[in-house]
Amino acid sequence: MARIELRDLAHAYGPRPEREEDYALKRADFAWEDGGAYALLGPSGCGKTTMLNIISGLVRPSEGRVLFDGKDVTGLSPAARNIAQVFQFPVVYDTMSVGENLAFPLKNRGLPRAEIEERVREVAHMLELSPMLHQRAAGLAADAKQKISVGRGLVRSDVAAILFDEPLTVIDPHLKWRLRRNLKEIHARFRRTLVYVTHDQNEALTFADKVVVMHEGQIVQTGTPQELFEEPAHRFVGFFIGSPGMNFLPVEGDAAGLRLEGTTIVLGHELAAQAGGRSGRLELGIRPEFLELHETPVAEGIEAAVTEVQDLGNFKLATLRLGPHLLKAKLHEDAAVPQARGWLRLPPARTRLYAEGRLIG
Amino acid sequence: MSRSRVVVIVWFVFLLLPLYWLFNMSLKTNAEILSGLTLVPQNPTLANYRTIFTDPSWYSGYINSLTYVGLNTLISLSVALPAAYAFSRYRFIGDKHMFFWLLTNRMAPAAVFLLPFFQLYQTIGLFDTHIAVALAHCLFNVPLAVWILEGFMSGVPKEIDETAYIDGYGFPRFFLTIFVPLIRSGIGVTAFFCFMFSWVELLLARTLTTVNAKPIAATMTRTVSAAGMDWATLAAAGVLTIVPGALVIWFVRNYIAKGFALGRV
Amino acid sequence: MDKTENNKAWLLVLPVFVIVAFSAIIPLITVVNYAFQDILGPQDRYWVGTEWFREVLTDDALQEALLRQLVFSTAVLLVEIPLGIVLALGMPSRGAGASAALVLMALPLLIPWNVVGTIWQIFARGDIGLAGWFINGPLGLDYNYTADPFDAWVTILVMDVWHWTPLVALLCYAGLRAIPDAYYQAASIDGASRWSVFRHIELPKMRGVLLIAVLLRFMDSFTIYTEPFVVTGGGPGNATTFLSIHLAKIAVGQFDLGPAAAISIVYFLIILTLSFVFYNVMIRVGTGSSKR
Repeated sequence: MARIELRDLAHAYGPRPEREEDYALKRADFAWEDGGAYALLGPSGCGKTTMLNIISGLVRPSEGRVLFDGKDVTGLSPAARNIAQVFQFPVVYDTMSVGENLAFPLKNRGLPRAEIEERVREVAHMLELSPMLHQRAAGLAADAKQKISVGRGLVRSDVAAILFDEPLTVIDPHLKWRLRRNLKEIHARFRRTLVYVTHDQNEALTFADKVVVMHEGQIVQTGTPQELFEEPAHRFVGFFIGSPGMNFLPVEGDAAGLRLEGTTIVLGHELAAQAGGRSGRLELGIRPEFLELHETPVAEGIEAAVTEVQDLGNFKLATLRLGPHLLKAKLHEDAAVPQARGWLRLPPARTRLYAEGRLIG
Repeated sequence: MSRSRVVVIVWFVFLLLPLYWLFNMSLKTNAEILSGLTLVPQNPTLANYRTIFTDPSWYSGYINSLTYVGLNTLISLSVALPAAYAFSRYRFIGDKHMFFWLLTNRMAPAAVFLLPFFQLYQTIGLFDTHIAVALAHCLFNVPLAVWILEGFMSGVPKEIDETAYIDGYGFPRFFLTIFVPLIRSGIGVTAFFCFMFSWVELLLARTLTTVNAKPIAATMTRTVSAAGMDWATLAAAGVLTIVPGALVIWFVRNYIAKGFALGRV
Repeated sequence: MDKTENNKAWLLVLPVFVIVAFSAIIPLITVVNYAFQDILGPQDRYWVGTEWFREVLTDDALQEALLRQLVFSTAVLLVEIPLGIVLALGMPSRGAGASAALVLMALPLLIPWNVVGTIWQIFARGDIGLAGWFINGPLGLDYNYTADPFDAWVTILVMDVWHWTPLVALLCYAGLRAIPDAYYQAASIDGASRWSVFRHIELPKMRGVLLIAVLLRFMDSFTIYTEPFVVTGGGPGNATTFLSIHLAKIAVGQFDLGPAAAISIVYFLIILTLSFVFYNVMIRVGTGSSKR
């Protein structure tokens, strides 16, 4: 178990990176606390897997250092780092039985046989693999194979961290939640540092204590699922997390307050103070869940056209037009939804202000 | 450097030495070859190559070989394509037996077919024609082509066929405009192997020809004469038989690994 | 993949059937005709039953050729399969080096078989060949493949290794390239040794291609004719007279059509039996590994 620190880390796959776009991973300083369950979330190609492979040692960073509990391991091989990694596609050794697969990492490290057997039995029990210990690994279904991959990481009592690279991609949907719950139990029991790479926000939010969001080679925010939901630090996070994503409204700040771009509507908002003196692109962000929609005029209400209402069972989703801008509002299933016209209210406590895509208030 | 890398380097030296020696001899005169061993030609000459390129009885051998090899590749591909499709998509009476029987022909020793082929092609009046050799080589190339193509076709999801049929495509149009383009690389790999096995085969080719369709490899036996072996011309002719193969490999180099990967050779 | 039952598929197979049958069945009928008859002229033939078979099966020359053939094919497999695997492991996997190695490796496979014979006939000669000269001169060994049976065997074996190991190497190389990177990464994380990686990842993943390599090398070496014929003509004596050479000697050399046909049938049956066994093994292994 270890605290994993990345210092001034950057990586480019090409030989001589010059421009910023050459970097698959832009400069990062980050620490994974010991025993945390992290999800590394981001769209395909954002650098998640690169980051993971740098931690495990499969990729050597072109710049910066990797520290395990303060010890520099940048030059060490994956085996020397004591890392376990589970890949997108299950890797099992076809020639071996399930039990031999689990024992393999321990055998390679020359542990006494009795201890190996003990550990294998324990891990197999935990992963519900006990009945098939003597079966050949080759013929098993994808979820069992993926459990074996996890098991090969868990048998080692000395692992610094277990890394998962989208491990549920090839697992049937109805088995996904079981395996994920399995992983949570294991984490609760051993408190190993877990890093779980995924592009699926549900997976990330249900699995992790802390979610690290990456975008275009950079870590844009780290926080609990709730923080990411309520205080997206970056336009991208607001957009990427939540379904549908956060609404963004371009605004202009002046002495009177914030004026909605392209309209004559002025918002008398306390956020206006923060916007004061800021240049550059300003935007208001509000989650569809927090946007209020009234049938009759209300204080601070803005009149908007209701263009579509979808009834999605336990909630209703309204599409609203405000000047040139489209907004989504997620409403209670029993809520009365105005026809054609309605009055929007942006609750100040739930409304965020972004400058150049970054949260300022 | 890893041990297996060393083995590879030693191997390539071993692979190239005999080829170098042939090339070396092709640039010498017979007098120099027989007067003692020289690692490089003392008086390099292209005379041997000139002999081959100016004498019709020599260069027509190349034309003959390339003609029947080309014909064979064409025939093998055009009959194997529909058959491979049938094997990859349908179950039908006797399919497994048919497939196995085809494969046994790939394994059949050419020597067994020498005499029967000779008589067969004499009887039907095709003896000493390019088409005779091309047809004879179908014996091993057609089964091979079916085998390789079936492997590639099995990799194409069946849903593509079904979608096309639902969209109102008939079989011929679907096959030619949708399916064949999908397995382009497979067809390339198959053509490569057909070319290869037809090009290197001599026993049948020589048996079925005398003058008009005589392959280059058979022409090479001419170098034995009353005056002794014409080593220099033999070597030059040998070098020239390597060239077409080398060119073909160069063009398909990116597909070789893929073709072999299917394990269907 | 699930296949649909459809007997109309025969229409698609028909052209292949016709063209292969023309080349395989008609000649086979001819062979059978000869094997059971003594044919002296178009109108002058006698039924001889199994006489030719009895004659050739009790013939020492055939038995010796068969024995030689088995020894040769075994030797070929024992050398070429391990060597091919080692070469495949050592070949560069990407970049310009990989292309160059592939092209070079495939080169011997595209040389006409009699030219392969010619190359080695020249290369191994004591007077004008580099190898022959080197072994006799600097190495000081007495080597002459036209006079000494052992030397002739070594020459033909080395030639076959030169000619056909690349096929094994290329098959294995392709098998290796098909292994996803994750396997190597997992092994390196599990702390596996180089040998473990080979034993538990590379070898099992090459199983399919290796079986095909064994099958092809066995069958092709079993029917070898052109290359040794060019180099030694089956000699010295009968030392390198393999089955095909023996058969051709009788059929074309002596024009003994009856015995030649009988040998052909025996020869073909041996091949058929062996390919049937191999084919079934391959099918079993094939379905076993497709579950991956």
